[in-house]
Amino acid sequence: MPTNDITLTVNGERHDLSLDTRTSLLDALRERLDLTGAKKGCDHGQCGACTVLLDGRRVNSCLVLAVAHDGAEITTIEGLAEPDGELHPLQTAFVEHDAFQCGYCTPGQICSAVGMLAEAAAGWPSVVTEDLVADATDPAALSDGEIRERMSGNLCRCGAYAHIVPAIADVAGRR
Amino acid sequence: MRPFAYERAEEAAGAIATLTDGAPGAMYLGGGTNLVDLMKLGVAAPDLLVDVSHLPHDRVEQLPDGGLRIGAAVLNSTLAADRTVRERYPVLSQALLAGASGQLRNLATVGGNLLQRTRCAYFMDVSKPCNKRVPGSGCPAREGDHRNHAIIGHSEACVATHPSDMAVALVALGATVEVRGAAGARTIPLPGLHRLPGDAPERDTVLDPGDLITAVVLPPSAPGAVSRYRKIRDRASYAFAVVSIAALLELDEDGAVREARIAFGGLAHAPWRALVAEEELRGLPATAESFGRAADAELAQARPLRDNGFKVPLARNLTVRTLGELAAQAERRSGR
Amino acid sequence: MSAVGSLAIGTPTDRVEGREKVTGAARYAFEQLPGDHAYAWLVQSEIASGEILSLDASPALAQEGVVAVAWAGNAPRVAEVDDRELSVLQSRTISYRGQIVAVVVAESLETAREAAAHVRIDYEVRDHEVVLDEHDPAIYDPGTVNAGYPSESVQGDVARALARADAAVDVTYRTPAFHNNAMEPHATVALWDGDDLTLYDSNQGASTVRDTLAQVFELEPEQVRVISPHVGGGFGSKGTPRPHVVVAALAARMTGRPVKLAITRQQMFAFTGYRTPTIQRLRLGASGDGQLTAIVHEALQQSSRLREFTEQTAVATRMMYAAPNRRTAHRLARLDVPTPSWMRAPGEAPGMYALESALDELAVELAIDPVELRIRNEPPLDPERGIPFSSRGLVACLRLGAERFGWAERDPTPGVRREGDWLVGTGVAASTYPAYRSPATATARAEGDGSFVVRIAASDIGTGGRTTLTLIAADALDQPAARVTVEIGDSALPRAGLAGGSMGTASWGTAVTLACRALVERIEALGGHVPADGLEAHADSSDEVRATDQGYSRHAYGAQFAEVRVDAVTGEARVSRLLGIFAAGRIINPTTARSQFLGGMTMGLSMALLEESVMDREFGDYLNHDLAGYHVASHADVGELEADWIEELDDHLNPMGSKGIGEIGIVGTAAAIGNAVFHATGRRVRELPLRLDRLLAT
Repeated sequence: MPTNDITLTVNGERHDLSLDTRTSLLDALRERLDLTGAKKGCDHGQCGACTVLLDGRRVNSCLVLAVAHDGAEITTIEGLAEPDGELHPLQTAFVEHDAFQCGYCTPGQICSAVGMLAEAAAGWPSVVTEDLVADATDPAALSDGEIRERMSGNLCRCGAYAHIVPAIADVAGRR
Repeated sequence: MRPFAYERAEEAAGAIATLTDGAPGAMYLGGGTNLVDLMKLGVAAPDLLVDVSHLPHDRVEQLPDGGLRIGAAVLNSTLAADRTVRERYPVLSQALLAGASGQLRNLATVGGNLLQRTRCAYFMDVSKPCNKRVPGSGCPAREGDHRNHAIIGHSEACVATHPSDMAVALVALGATVEVRGAAGARTIPLPGLHRLPGDAPERDTVLDPGDLITAVVLPPSAPGAVSRYRKIRDRASYAFAVVSIAALLELDEDGAVREARIAFGGLAHAPWRALVAEEELRGLPATAESFGRAADAELAQARPLRDNGFKVPLARNLTVRTLGELAAQAERRSGR
Repeated sequence: MSAVGSLAIGTPTDRVEGREKVTGAARYAFEQLPGDHAYAWLVQSEIASGEILSLDASPALAQEGVVAVAWAGNAPRVAEVDDRELSVLQSRTISYRGQIVAVVVAESLETAREAAAHVRIDYEVRDHEVVLDEHDPAIYDPGTVNAGYPSESVQGDVARALARADAAVDVTYRTPAFHNNAMEPHATVALWDGDDLTLYDSNQGASTVRDTLAQVFELEPEQVRVISPHVGGGFGSKGTPRPHVVVAALAARMTGRPVKLAITRQQMFAFTGYRTPTIQRLRLGASGDGQLTAIVHEALQQSSRLREFTEQTAVATRMMYAAPNRRTAHRLARLDVPTPSWMRAPGEAPGMYALESALDELAVELAIDPVELRIRNEPPLDPERGIPFSSRGLVACLRLGAERFGWAERDPTPGVRREGDWLVGTGVAASTYPAYRSPATATARAEGDGSFVVRIAASDIGTGGRTTLTLIAADALDQPAARVTVEIGDSALPRAGLAGGSMGTASWGTAVTLACRALVERIEALGGHVPADGLEAHADSSDEVRATDQGYSRHAYGAQFAEVRVDAVTGEARVSRLLGIFAAGRIINPTTARSQFLGGMTMGLSMALLEESVMDREFGDYLNHDLAGYHVASHADVGELEADWIEELDDHLNPMGSKGIGEIGIVGTAAAIGNAVFHATGRRVRELPLRLDRLLAT
């Protein structure tokens, strides 16, 4: 079956891979690189558990064909903490707010929140933004409603939403 | 998923030649959010993917006439956040932001969004008949579950709806799609890209094999026009539309409707341009009564199925409310 | 047994595995790479009823990288057990669409998936009946329902009481099928070493999976090891092994390779269970002053041809309110449908939705405040069993909740509050869930360095169980929690029951307490000295559980208050505010307890507004079988949400004085929301979910 040779830089580490063209980025991470932090919840872009940062943007890695991203830089949940083990502020906030239960959607929620806060800092609006023209450059100004809408691509069946939103708001600097 | 070869297209002509000449199993790959989904389900089974997401169609350009040219490879998220789009075409920004999720918008391209396929559950399940997937096999949705299927413009063969939010806004904006194919470049004014199902529901669009969408061109925005997109869905976010509306409204000095442009999502096999309502509204006072009359005129064509008749009053109510909001906005803007 | 002390218990404590979960280090079942493993993909029946005439595996086997195809024609025989779903690949008979009929094993996931599409099957097709219908002549009385309750209960003369009532309601409520949809799809990695089987498996109880698989493969339990340190949710659907676990082990045995098998989200709608749809008729009669004189609750449900599974939908009605005349009954229709199973608060969730909605209708009839109506019908004893409650905090929850929610200012008139296009209303409903306990074993070990290790085959599916047991052990040992490590999630640990029925903490905590106390005694017997190679004690709670768990009616209670907004233009309903107050005995870890309550309420909100599995009448499967078609609540659906509890001391439960809290949060939520929708709009919708087309004012 067709295979392609590609290079992925994951969490700063370069990997040369020969992949079946059908391999999703998610399966490449989990089954080839043994980076199992990104989760498979639906495999169809319907839950967000597989969210990683691809060239800096949050994406559903289950719908990404790995061979289409030769040379890409990827950050997964395993790459968010400092090399010395100090957690990313969002990771700390999730623990402190008990913003997860089973933990299966959690890596996706956290990676998504990292991407989402960067989008807000870049001034991107959401569908609940009242004034589309004014830049929302200050993540600290995100209301609960804004955070909820922007995070809605990450489902949590345990129902930790009520704790995830304040965890993100804390890191955004609102409180 | 069937094994396939993957090629990254470096220039459009080569990609088009590949798909046009003797590669019947080849497909273009954009962001992949719909195609990879369908390949996993077996609904799409290309043997060659030609990746067009790296072609230089990734820019949003101002045009001399005041319009905007949007490359087909521009990401949905980039376009939604584009300053010019937000200022002059808010209906488009809102439609994009109402679609999918932040993660999917970071993958999906403008060209791919236009070409995404219906989410009809029968279409998505290869173990069941579907005329769109297997012509002539039948349409179980007609007698089966069709709560979220078409009420207008459907056929015996197919009652599916088009899932895009963005396309609805582009139709209301009167956008033009730029296409390159074997015979060269051509333009398709919307809503001319998407077909009604008729007896060939397997064809979503008028494109021929090998045709590549390279850009979408927006006409200049009328200075006095206001616009917005409103989407009704079962879940508060991350769900396809039950009914949506993209509307532009321009009032004259007396507060009457100079021009209204209206398109619906969730009602038909294609984004539905409400030409009857638009014509009805011209010159009428911008009141709820006028808006209701126009909606009724448009929806008189509706032929709901057993379980989706509710979409008729829903679309009517949504029209009256959205146009009412726009009229108030236009009044505020004109300082009356 | 006297209560344990409480230094650690009651202290808000972060999850002990929190760091692992937020860094991606926590490994779930599928996340093993044994090295020489192969991947399995399941093939499902495309008919709802009939027989496999023939199966041609050759097109699949012809695919490069395919190792094996197994089906009823070539799979090794396994022993029959009670759950006939586990007799998988043993018969050519098809009982429902989506049933597992074959498995493909291949070198890669991609190849396995593709090859599965090339297995050719010819069927003899029989007609199917898949829609629950109250006029189905084959409806019958199953005699008993789940948890061993009789299907019927009768007291007094309800017909006479209803005829004489000052006010009465006779209403039918319908709930659709719901699917558990834990975020982690069921998955198993199976490895054989001779006749010893190891399973990395996603489940709610490793001991249960081990014992069942040992029976299926006719092995001694010690020959099977089930390892499940982290489980991505279950909500009942992982309570007992589902057929794919057997398939994974069969495939590994046939191929002589470790086999990884993860089922797809779509497959979760076929063979991992769901909550049955229900049709429930409620008849309530009352005197003019709001004293209930009659309660009748009749529930119709479905099960598959394979298994009689009868949810205990009307059982909570037997003890909720006082009334001299009462009747409850369950009826079942066996259809060509997937087998229903447990889903969070099985019985209570749909049953209390109907009861608490009907009670609201009665309150309207009587023009009595719905909080007050419930308080007036508080029973002094369990009304059908005639025994005392171990504790019953319903009235306290209602009163505290009403105060916190601002209930006193509520105008009961429906359909009169409007903010812009939003119609606003509020509603209340009661919650309840039984406090069960089951026997378990545990060991407690003191190490020479002053640390302690407690071992028990308990399960943390997101409940916080690992953390809670740490606190319980710390108090029983009289040690700081930081010195105690709890090992769970492995059937090689002392045997324990599953995380289900909200009885995990009560059951495991009892055994852990006994083991820790025994250890303390051993240490004291050595003059307080722990030898360098450590000291260990073992406990089995069977005797204690058998000796104590009688004589009282044990339940947790709660009151849920909802504020709902319904868009008058579009019919969209949104829950802007939800408050739950619970009485659930002693709260061991306030941090994880709050999350449990809020999580249950969120799932209840989702049940009320969004969720339904749509049966495809023509083809016989659940049509909307993915997370785009089956809507579970997203971030944007959840507004202001608050859960709290009252102090409740109950000496008749267990050493901790705790009641289970994993399920009560979902009970009553949908009723509170539906009652609020009525208050907002004046429309009583008696069918879930409260979709916009049901609320659209045309």
